Amino acid sequence: MHAAVIVFPGSNCDRDLAVALERAGARVSMVWHKDTEMPAGVDFIGVPGGFSFGDYLRCGAIAANSPICRSVISHANKGGYVFGVCNGFQILTETGLLPGALLRNAALKYICKPVGLKVETADSIYTGGYDKGQVITVPIAHHDGNYNVDADNLARLKGEDRVAFTYTDNPNGSVADIAGVLSENRRVLGMMPHPERMAEALHGNAEGAALFSHVVEQLVHA
Amino acid sequence: MKARVHVMLKNGVLDPQGEAVRHALGSLGFDGVEKVRQGKVIELELAETDEAQARDTVTAMCEKLLANTVIESYSVELV
Repeated sequence: MHAAVIVFPGSNCDRDLAVALERAGARVSMVWHKDTEMPAGVDFIGVPGGFSFGDYLRCGAIAANSPICRSVISHANKGGYVFGVCNGFQILTETGLLPGALLRNAALKYICKPVGLKVETADSIYTGGYDKGQVITVPIAHHDGNYNVDADNLARLKGEDRVAFTYTDNPNGSVADIAGVLSENRRVLGMMPHPERMAEALHGNAEGAALFSHVVEQLVHA
Repeated sequence: MKARVHVMLKNGVLDPQGEAVRHALGSLGFDGVEKVRQGKVIELELAETDEAQARDTVTAMCEKLLANTVIESYSVELV
């Protein structure tokens, strides 16, 4: 399984994401934002956390219009897998691949702490390694993680079982406690919490590792 | 020609920064502030001299980059 991890100026979780994927058995290529094409044979694209382009204008807005993002969008439109964490989630909403937007946290503070995450659906390659309803502990680290989506899109997300994770104790004001959402074809996931930072024993727990191992297992056998 | 773009959170989207400003104004003794919305102003210096053309171009910039129309509204002013 060949994964690409995109690197923007200001990305700071790119290596964490690559290590989590590698430990799960993926071959990982780091791809610079000025590149216009993915390496040949990429099955999966990771859009990492960080502060791409200094969060100028809006979080993720500049990155979403960078050359490599055209390739990310076309990969997703062809049915490819794309996974965005934190700033990666913000970028994916800015591209329009995922609905909604991430606003400033309701309490206006940058929050960096482990949170409880409830797995709302096991029906995706990302969440299939967990049980529906299972609660895992994964850290968040963001200033703009307050997920906002209009009532129609919220009803659609719920009706189509596309809410992947919710917070057990909403830290940022997100609508319906939403921490992560899936695309219509369930192949694009964006989430604010960082499973790659809870992926081995030395991180405190390894509850994020099942996400990566399930992705790799599913794509190897695909 | 200069264009000024105003970007605001749409009505109905909670603006926590505006709310914080409203509270701060209240604690300074400015009573009667019922609502505060905070937005941004972006100024562009354009080579274009035709007003209609400039307005079209800046509107396209807003749709593509300057505003996120999922949560924000914008207005374009030529000055």
